Amino acid sequence: MLCKLTYKNELRPGLFNFIIDCPQIAAKAKPGQFLHVLCGGSAYLRRPISICAAVEGRFVRFIFEVRGKGTAELAKAQAGQMLDILGPLGNGFDTALPGGGKPLLVGGGIGIFPLLMLAKKLPQKPDIMLGFRDEQSAVMIREFSNAADDIFIASDDGSIGFKGFVTDILKSKIASGAKYSRIYTCGPLPMMRIAADTAKENGIDCQVSMEERMGCGVGACVACACAMTDGSKKRVCKDGPVFSGAEVDFDG
Amino acid sequence: MADLKVNIAGVEWKNPVTTGSGTFGFGREYAEYFDLSELGAVCLKALSAKPRLGNKSPRIAETNDGILNSVGLQNPGAEHFLENELDWLRKFDTKLIANLCGSTVEDYVEVAEILGDKLDMLELNISCPNVKVGGMAFGTDPKMVEEVTSKVKAAAKSPLIVKLSPNVTDIAEIAKAAEAGGADALSLINTLLGMKIDIKTRRPVLNNNTGGLSGPAIMPVAVRMVHQVRQAVKLPIIGMGGIASGEDAIEFLLAGADAVAVGTAGIVDPYAWIKVRNGINDYLDQNGYKSVKEIVGKLELN
Repeated sequence: MLCKLTYKNELRPGLFNFIIDCPQIAAKAKPGQFLHVLCGGSAYLRRPISICAAVEGRFVRFIFEVRGKGTAELAKAQAGQMLDILGPLGNGFDTALPGGGKPLLVGGGIGIFPLLMLAKKLPQKPDIMLGFRDEQSAVMIREFSNAADDIFIASDDGSIGFKGFVTDILKSKIASGAKYSRIYTCGPLPMMRIAADTAKENGIDCQVSMEERMGCGVGACVACACAMTDGSKKRVCKDGPVFSGAEVDFDG
Repeated sequence: MADLKVNIAGVEWKNPVTTGSGTFGFGREYAEYFDLSELGAVCLKALSAKPRLGNKSPRIAETNDGILNSVGLQNPGAEHFLENELDWLRKFDTKLIANLCGSTVEDYVEVAEILGDKLDMLELNISCPNVKVGGMAFGTDPKMVEEVTSKVKAAAKSPLIVKLSPNVTDIAEIAKAAEAGGADALSLINTLLGMKIDIKTRRPVLNNNTGGLSGPAIMPVAVRMVHQVRQAVKLPIIGMGGIASGEDAIEFLLAGADAVAVGTAGIVDPYAWIKVRNGINDYLDQNGYKSVKEIVGKLELN
């Protein structure tokens, strides 16, 4: 459907914050779901972009980094312009918490954005751990802090927060006795894999948000297959993007 | 409103638009966007005798005006389809076409036997470039085309469409072989074998290295092949390859196709199938044709 781009700004060079006016999508959007955006120009396929917020049942916010042809074209869109968007698509995170402690959100890089909406929708304020390359790439810390019970930041070069991986914080926190009811994670695959493994080793439920090169976005073309530990394949766009950390075959 | 009815090998379609196998699943996803009864026929995702997992991801890559895919015929198997999908599909007033895949001639025959007379038409997929055995290997050798066509035809209880590969030197020769083997209709083209390289990693984007090219980029090749096959055989032709609008479909009809399939365009726009059907009607109305049959093969060469 056609949705008007009502607001656009650049959070840091190459990272764009878009707000569209689309009541049909805003009313239905759940954390972890995504939009399938026609970028224009010579980008033939749509691009899946996670939903960061749905506001007042009318506006939908999404944030994307310019990575290639499609996102570069989308970044040129101006406020007032109509964008061709399908959504909300995908299953989204399960926000009904199992008992036994706080939820924990572990995000890295541009995978952090769907976690903001999740943090606000959970029945209990989560702890949030975010990992970035460096201080310059660390964005939206205040918004995440407001949505968190406690927040932890890591960066590869130590220019902001703990020097190292966000999963190092996760492991030390759990080793020191922190109890979590569920870990939600979105970001680079190696990070999610360690988060899922750590969750499994400690008997914690875990939900991972997977990414794959995608075609239709609605489940028909079966291009975006994700291998499961039971040997089956699931569609990231329709059966996911959120899966149980235990069911994803990270080597598949 | 022009008369859009077409007759493909004795099966009447209410309009000349069907779906490209492999782009439409078993219809459930797009049924959330439009009523499947709006289509002349629905061509379903390829079915094998046993379930197939397909290839590893990534199995799609964007190209200039098109896509490469290497899904690799992932499907739950013909029996699972009959048990779990067919009754639901039969709620729609449209013809159903099963697409048959296999690794050996016996595999294809087995799928045809499992499906029996439960589908309106069968489409023999001897042109998929994404599987190591079978698939395109059958579709590029005229002797093999004739043999697999005749054996599946002997087992088929519904009219048999043979889907041709464009990855051949002489498509007319392949079409004649399918006709000699007893095909009731032809569909063309399947995807063109291609490769997309990520210059940052210096590796192919697709895990399978190569894949099948589809989308607007291949349309002129497809139109040319439909034209050549029209001259070579008398069988009904379902034309496909990059169709995204009514105008595109009209090119295929003029070149000699009796019906058209839309596939990749639907991956970008879920309403592409309906837009193509409406666009065909608009062209006929605007140009004073009463029936779609009036324009089939009406190409005039220079």
